[in-house]
Amino acid sequence: MMELVCPAGTPAALRAAVEAGAHAVYCGFADETNARNFPGLNFTPEDMAEGVRFAHARGAKVLVAINTFPRAGAEPLWHRALAHAEAAGVDAVILADLGLLAHAAEHHPGLRRHLSVQAAAANPDAINLYASAFGVRRVVLPRVLTVEEIAAINREIDVETEVFVFGGLCVMAEGRCSLSSYATGKSPNMNGVCSPASHVAYAEEGNDLAARLGGFTIHRTARTAPAPYPTLCKGCFTSGPQTGHIFEDPVSLDATHLIPRLAGAGVRALKIEGRQRSRAYVAQVVRAFRAAVEAQAAGRPLPESQLARLAEGQKATTGAYAKTWR
Amino acid sequence: MTAPLPRLPHALRLAALPLPLRPLSLLLGALTRRMAQAHPEMTRRMGDHADRHFLIDPVDLPWLLLLHPQGQTMTAHRRSRPPACDARIAGPLSAFLAMMHGAEDGDALFFSRDLAVEGDTAAVLALRNAIDDAELDLAGELAALSGPLAGPLRQALLRAERASGLTLHRQDDFA
Repeated sequence: MMELVCPAGTPAALRAAVEAGAHAVYCGFADETNARNFPGLNFTPEDMAEGVRFAHARGAKVLVAINTFPRAGAEPLWHRALAHAEAAGVDAVILADLGLLAHAAEHHPGLRRHLSVQAAAANPDAINLYASAFGVRRVVLPRVLTVEEIAAINREIDVETEVFVFGGLCVMAEGRCSLSSYATGKSPNMNGVCSPASHVAYAEEGNDLAARLGGFTIHRTARTAPAPYPTLCKGCFTSGPQTGHIFEDPVSLDATHLIPRLAGAGVRALKIEGRQRSRAYVAQVVRAFRAAVEAQAAGRPLPESQLARLAEGQKATTGAYAKTWR
Repeated sequence: MTAPLPRLPHALRLAALPLPLRPLSLLLGALTRRMAQAHPEMTRRMGDHADRHFLIDPVDLPWLLLLHPQGQTMTAHRRSRPPACDARIAGPLSAFLAMMHGAEDGDALFFSRDLAVEGDTAAVLALRNAIDDAELDLAGELAALSGPLAGPLRQALLRAERASGLTLHRQDDFA
């Protein structure tokens, strides 16, 4: 059966994910070392150790995302995160930075290393370099590849691949995007905050909901329309006579019906996005995808996805996986 | 997938309108203190944001509720005299209860426009995440405050839950 890797922003969400059927749960520490450094979210080292005990007692793994890029002079914070992860007994760490990968390989050789999507490794040469130089055992592929491209990559590499199948859809070269930094001065890649809540403001203005990031209005949503996240890549902008979404509509990824093709392409694990979401989201999405991967493994038809209400924009896309224009 | 959120009947709102605010604030205060003391990690998880004042606006109730997590207080206010606050969260009572009990996702309620947020967005996010992690149970907390009346109160709350569609207890059945 394909491995289902599920998000947890809090210990309660971790328990919900495991109870709902996650094979593995990924989470992060409550600081800048992970890409979901949001208020009220994440784990202390003690929370992590307790979460690992809970998951292992039920046959589930815990993977820790330490997937931001250390700032010069602040490396000890990231090094401590690695040490805390190993002490907690986690099953793997998910890393993106070359220096941190080298540090982990040298100082924590027994700690299994996965390559984060933040590393944006999207071709066999890059992946094989990470595998040979740093002993990376699994790579999380960026959300810019078609299923055919994933199959082609898998034919030329020896490490496992993991792909996103549900949740927020980052359409940029992940780990390289600075859009949010221009508006807020905070970096998704070094501070772990894309569109940090401290710089987001909502206001009801007439019949519209205005969303601002760092003082820039990036959406005006009519009262009857679904509200999007305040991210610049899904902003709706006016230029001259035209108004529209420049990069991507506010939609979420749902690749449920592509699971058999992803399995055929050699993908080992399926990832659900959403560490910033509640335990209610985690429980519902994990249950649905556990049923789907079990159906796929047994050769049964996949259940119809019922998760649109949980999605940004309340509509789903298969993203780049099924793009035909290329 | 999910049925639309229930709204309190307008008649109930009118009936609640003349209720005195002081006893209501005393009850809300006792409940807030109890929850904060039973779940100290909630305040820790919020960090500095626990010192913000949150205006909870259940749009189908006649009152506004002002929550100060650090001070462990919650008070009721007339809509005609809204208190100063750092952030305002508005939505039907059922949305707040469903979110608190793990039956609904806060972001999904925001996408669907059932919940609206104004003011200090970071503080609202911290509050939402801290409450979600605490796995609160309103029925259990009210029962704990009720001494020998706990049993009958639980039964009454179960009946009220079935009749109103409101989520009054923690949803921890993940099966």
